[in-house]
Amino acid sequence: MSVRFGIAVFPGTWSDRDCIHAVGLTGADAVPLWHADRDLKGCDVVILPGGFAYGDYLRAGAIARFAPLMEAVGEHARAGGPVLGICNGFQILCEAGLLPGALLRNSSLQFRCQPTWLRLEAAKGPFLSSCRPGQLLRVPVSHGEGRFYADRECLAQLNGEGRVAFRYSDRAGALTTAANPNGSLENIAGILNPEGNVLGMMPHPERACEELLGSDHGLALFNSAIHHLGGAPG
Amino acid sequence: MVISLKEVVNDPQGLVVEEALHSLGYPEVEAARVGKFIRLEVAGEDVEGARARVDEMCRRLLCNRVIEDYRFELRPASGG
Amino acid sequence: MSRTQSSGTPTAAELRELALTEPEYQSATQQLGRVPNRLELGMLGALWSEHCSYKTSKPLLRQLPSEGERVVQGPGENAGVVDLGGDLLCCFKIESHNHPSAVEPVQGAATGVGGILRDVFAMGARPVALLDGIRFGDLSHRQQRQRFARVVEGIGWYGNCIGVPTVGGETYFDDAYQHNCLVNAMCVGLARRDQLVRARAAGVGNPLLLVGADTGRDGIHGATFASVELDQAAEERRPAVQVGNPFLEKCLLEACMELTSDPDLVGLQDCGAAGLTSSCAEMAHRGGVGLEIEVQSVSRRERGMSPYEVMLSESQERMVLVVRQGSEERFRKAFQRWGLHSDVIGRVIPEPVFRITESGAEVAALPLEVLVTGFPERHPEARAPELRGAPRPDPLERIPPWTPEEAWRRLLGSPNCGDSNWIWRQYDHQVGDDTVLGPGGDAALLRLRGRGDALALTVDSAHRSATVDPRRATAIAVAELLRNLACVGAEPLGITNCLNFGDPDRPEIMWQLKESVAGLAEAARALGIPVVSGNVSLYNQFAGQGIPPTPTLGAVGLLPDLGRRLGAAFVEEGDLVALVGPPGAGPSGVELGGSEYQRLAHGVIEGAAPELDLEMEQRAAGAVRAAIHHGLLRSAHDCSLGGLAVTLAESAIGGGLGARIRPPLEPPRQPPPSWMFGLLFGESQGRYLVSLAPAQLDPAQALFGEHQTAFTELGIVGGRVISVEGVAECGLEVAESAWRGAISSHLEPPPEAGR
Repeated sequence: MSVRFGIAVFPGTWSDRDCIHAVGLTGADAVPLWHADRDLKGCDVVILPGGFAYGDYLRAGAIARFAPLMEAVGEHARAGGPVLGICNGFQILCEAGLLPGALLRNSSLQFRCQPTWLRLEAAKGPFLSSCRPGQLLRVPVSHGEGRFYADRECLAQLNGEGRVAFRYSDRAGALTTAANPNGSLENIAGILNPEGNVLGMMPHPERACEELLGSDHGLALFNSAIHHLGGAPG
Repeated sequence: MVISLKEVVNDPQGLVVEEALHSLGYPEVEAARVGKFIRLEVAGEDVEGARARVDEMCRRLLCNRVIEDYRFELRPASGG
Repeated sequence: MSRTQSSGTPTAAELRELALTEPEYQSATQQLGRVPNRLELGMLGALWSEHCSYKTSKPLLRQLPSEGERVVQGPGENAGVVDLGGDLLCCFKIESHNHPSAVEPVQGAATGVGGILRDVFAMGARPVALLDGIRFGDLSHRQQRQRFARVVEGIGWYGNCIGVPTVGGETYFDDAYQHNCLVNAMCVGLARRDQLVRARAAGVGNPLLLVGADTGRDGIHGATFASVELDQAAEERRPAVQVGNPFLEKCLLEACMELTSDPDLVGLQDCGAAGLTSSCAEMAHRGGVGLEIEVQSVSRRERGMSPYEVMLSESQERMVLVVRQGSEERFRKAFQRWGLHSDVIGRVIPEPVFRITESGAEVAALPLEVLVTGFPERHPEARAPELRGAPRPDPLERIPPWTPEEAWRRLLGSPNCGDSNWIWRQYDHQVGDDTVLGPGGDAALLRLRGRGDALALTVDSAHRSATVDPRRATAIAVAELLRNLACVGAEPLGITNCLNFGDPDRPEIMWQLKESVAGLAEAARALGIPVVSGNVSLYNQFAGQGIPPTPTLGAVGLLPDLGRRLGAAFVEEGDLVALVGPPGAGPSGVELGGSEYQRLAHGVIEGAAPELDLEMEQRAAGAVRAAIHHGLLRSAHDCSLGGLAVTLAESAIGGGLGARIRPPLEPPRQPPPSWMFGLLFGESQGRYLVSLAPAQLDPAQALFGEHQTAFTELGIVGGRVISVEGVAECGLEVAESAWRGAISSHLEPPPEAGR
């Protein structure tokens, strides 16, 4: 049976179409999930895509987290279901308390759209279990508020529990300042919840699914989830 | 109400504002932090009740407690 | 007595506020057979403004070729449309937002983007790309840096928020633009044939719906504002600049996309300049019907708005639709799903009149013929400036202030030639997952899903020699579009134009406009590229000083096979470098007239504009496209700003590979002082710098020979140095460092140690 990816759509979301395209490349099914419906439509995996839900007004993700759909997403996450938050999706997960920390304005105070190298730090959970720690992925970022922040205690916990998923690195895997596009603490680009089924990341794996467009390293995350659920990766 | 970044959080916007003020000839500015101002017009006359409700609004939506602090004051609306 | 009801002859001051001249007022009263009341006068002022009526430019624009096999819609609707084949249509247009951007750069630029997006999705096409042409004063001035940075911020904010990639653009800095910056935004959209919507009202009794933002007091007389010179009081006109809401527009866009193939949708139009008045009146006029609007049904953001304010408000993010009677509730519910408020604000009536009522009482009624087309066309005097007759100094006779190497570094490091990454890394250029070639090249490439071909997009302005030869310089811009598209392997389908000029009431500016349009027409006709849409921005003037003539053109092309695309950067060490096109041009073999080098070295515009041979351009472009299609080339780059040396350096820097070439031309026996600089930096036309594998040399020479296009092998890719042998050389790292810092060094403080 084919794995079903539910792609959340809030007013202002725009990478839903890109996520649907990316999932399509793996051969799995992609189903749009309307924000006002408390209904995951039997999806196995939930993706909160990038965009500017509610214009990012007030704070990115602050309003979207109260959408009826998010109640269902929360239940799914607490039950161990895979949830991937990309960019705005990551911001929504943090605002909803499903992941710790917060995303602030880039330290350059500018929007940045550029390719980055990500060093995989933890190969656990549905989205990363098919990957290797230390693996380098070429994935672009595109955001104005991607600077990850968490207080000292939280950071210690994330590090101690191996819940930092990705860090921005250079092409040799070194964690340099130059490689950090937004000033995130410790070059953190993505994190996991304690159980590992919820992954939040600022870079856009759905934009790295075709060599034609610059990189196909992003496919690994979608294929990993499919493999984890017992389906056949594309 | 005023929503501001917690002191421990880095505020690049504040730094840029401080530098800009210096370059405009105000060296006496030692620090700048940028926050948000939100004004709510709230119906009703029960001040204490309103205070509790607005406080709840701050905690639930208007302020992100991970990185922000808030403070507010209630004032009767002027005129009719 | 309410303002709208008052009648009586308006004062000169009132007419000026409406940008109506005395003769226009007389013409209006004569056509109406009575004195118009204030509301009617306000509506006339808005629709008869240059921005809405094109009263000065229309007589000229008529000469532009706008028809062709692939043209589905020429000028006259919200945007132009060309046929991509296979039931896919491409909708595109460029528009200016210069005056608002000078006053409030962030919001002015942002709302410019918002406006052009609406023009495209009002046609039923989903916007797939944005491009922009922006011009400012010299970056050494703080105010220019700020304005530039804020405009980039505004464009980025709106485009990024709404989720349409910005894939290309053109940026230029010169003191001539310091008071009048230019912000031209282009949008490209795609639609299936059955999704295309027209902006016309039809069907007596059909309701008129207004959807989107509430109407406020924004930008009243923004259209007239765009049609007058900026003056010292421009600051105070701040209320004429609106604040954009890209989130609301995103919801509008999605809602419209859902509804465009609805059989009950009769017409769709966005509310732009002159707000409800222009959008509704134009819809009615195109449909040959009339419209009645009840102002009280318009949802307002502010209290106590008069009918005048409601009808002329330019609040952003609003659309009007005409739908079949009985279907309005269905449309309203569809909008509601996206959180959008909508109201029935009027209906179609049989008499071709634009009638406004307030609580049922008529407060204005104007025949549409008068309102939309009744303006007297203007034919201001055009007179060539005096310098035309005078003998032209030869730019090659000037003493160069620098060595060739130093000049090369300066050009690479100048904002007009250097790296524009500082700009476009602030724009989301990938959303949509179809951007194959993004900003930074000759043209952008967008994959067309499910087909093997790709859309090529580019923007370019007239050559700097436009001040002395607007006709040639504008024709050069068209040739440049052709070359830009050819470099990626694409064939042009259509052009959109934005004519940015000074005050046409000055005879020499009117002359510039006439000549420029003539040049555009000639070149477009000769190259077989229709001009399907456009915009005119006049009165770009401050304290009597106008901008140089700046026609900015956008083009859309089609690359038949995405697998056969090409970029501008050198690819492999050992590849050969060749010049396509004439190695020499002009009486001395090299031409410096109007070049960027001339601007930097001498601060003048002198000499003849570069020669242009349109037949040759057509052959060369065809040859380059054919060579790319046959896989003979590894890279192709258009030789334009900065000439051969800059083009060579760009290809080298892009590929991280040096190159050594011999000069394409031998100097004459006693060369004038700047001859070598003409060789390196002259902007002669019809040239491409290409690279190819050595094995492809013979087939390439044969192919170009068949196309009667010159093809000269010049050198080889490799090493860490870029050199034109015997003339100048530059280390690759030095060149790259200069090039990368060209714009960013002005805007970023150097990294501080230990902060």
